Amino acid sequence: MASTSLDRKPRALHVLDIVSALLMAATIYMVLFYAPTERVMGQVQRLFYLHVASAWVSMAVLILAAILGIVYLVRPQNKIDIWAVACIELGLVYAFICVTTGAIWARPAWNTWWTWDPRVVTFTILILVYLAYMLLRQGIEDPQRRARFGAIYAIMASVTVPLTYFSIRIWRTLHPVVIGSGDPSAQGTFDMTRPMLHTLLFSLLAFSIFGFTLLWHRVRLGWLADRVEQLRMKALGR
Amino acid sequence: MASFVSAVWAILRKDLAAEWRSRQLVTAMLVFVVLVIFIFAFTLDIDTLTRRQIAAGVLWTTFAFAGTLGLNRTLASEGERGSLDGLLLAPVERSAIYFGKTLANLFFMLVVEIFTLPLYAVFYDMNLAQPGLWLVLLLGSWCFCSVGMLLAAMAAQARSRELLLPVLLFPLVLPVLVSAVRASSAFLNGLGLEYALPSLNILIAYGIIMPALGFMFFDFIVEE
Repeated sequence: MASTSLDRKPRALHVLDIVSALLMAATIYMVLFYAPTERVMGQVQRLFYLHVASAWVSMAVLILAAILGIVYLVRPQNKIDIWAVACIELGLVYAFICVTTGAIWARPAWNTWWTWDPRVVTFTILILVYLAYMLLRQGIEDPQRRARFGAIYAIMASVTVPLTYFSIRIWRTLHPVVIGSGDPSAQGTFDMTRPMLHTLLFSLLAFSIFGFTLLWHRVRLGWLADRVEQLRMKALGR
Repeated sequence: MASFVSAVWAILRKDLAAEWRSRQLVTAMLVFVVLVIFIFAFTLDIDTLTRRQIAAGVLWTTFAFAGTLGLNRTLASEGERGSLDGLLLAPVERSAIYFGKTLANLFFMLVVEIFTLPLYAVFYDMNLAQPGLWLVLLLGSWCFCSVGMLLAAMAAQARSRELLLPVLLFPLVLPVLVSAVRASSAFLNGLGLEYALPSLNILIAYGIIMPALGFMFFDFIVEE
């Protein structure tokens, strides 16, 4: 049975655990000590590295969930569904991190915790859509139908990801544009120096690897939960 | 292609005929809309200037709620007498059912909107006879119904049907509502096409992507 291999934690995952711990420690060091203090915003600008990295991870895994949704519809397998759920849960966690760091930054930069700016609005919509995904899954008992509907909803929901990404380019906005040139009315824009760019790229890398590690852990949890469910069914003689 | 269109047409005609005989749904939606507009008027208690600014928001909130009523009904009424099974057994493409029902819902929503606009114009003393606004209403309602029909088909098979639909639907149509409100208020405040265009583009993109998804996935939703 393939499931015996699940009982032990794979060695690659052990390695990844250690690597991501080191990378995250290095990221924090770089953010706090390597990157220079931004002249106008001061220390709070250091949140930017974590904010962008968490936004990147959340959007990447949510798009991945949509791709997995397509794969599931073409070839329905339980394994793929577990991956998709793991992606969306992880994406939600990172989205919350992104919103929280953004709010803390916005307090001094925009002089308010929260504002109904297009970027903030679209990102909030994204979070709400994926929370609804969780509710949808809870509402359906048949596992196959749950997986199928989840796949379709994940594909539909992924529309909000590019919408969020491009929102600051479609409407006038306060939110700074990092990649490409932004709206002159954006507040909190700054020019990145070399060390800042290094820090940003490094934290993107570290967050991606850490995110993948978490994803793997979550998928293992999903597999194990699935097996427990199967054993319970067997024990109940159904 | 021709058979697909005639299947869509047949389903649309069936839904309209059924509604014409009972007139349950549209009546309920209309009464509901009027009530919501009154509730807004009583609870917000606003002056003329503010009224002008929030009109687009009030209108769209009202239509979205009314549209949800309609979406919940279309599949529930099929389920009651088991006619959905008959529909699924029919030798037509399943996506024709999706388009037929989406168009029927769009029709009901538009009827409600056509009745509501003059009422709203009278009660709130506003000029709503603006083709730009009508265009936004048509586009926005199409987006709303095409997303809604897919989700209604999903929700109908879940444990808490009527409860689940708004929870699934509202987050996904929020981009539609936000853009529709922005575009409508641009037209209502006489800012013209230039200001409405970014939002209109989003509506057009949504109105193409969502029906395309419906076309591809409706099969997976109703399959047994």
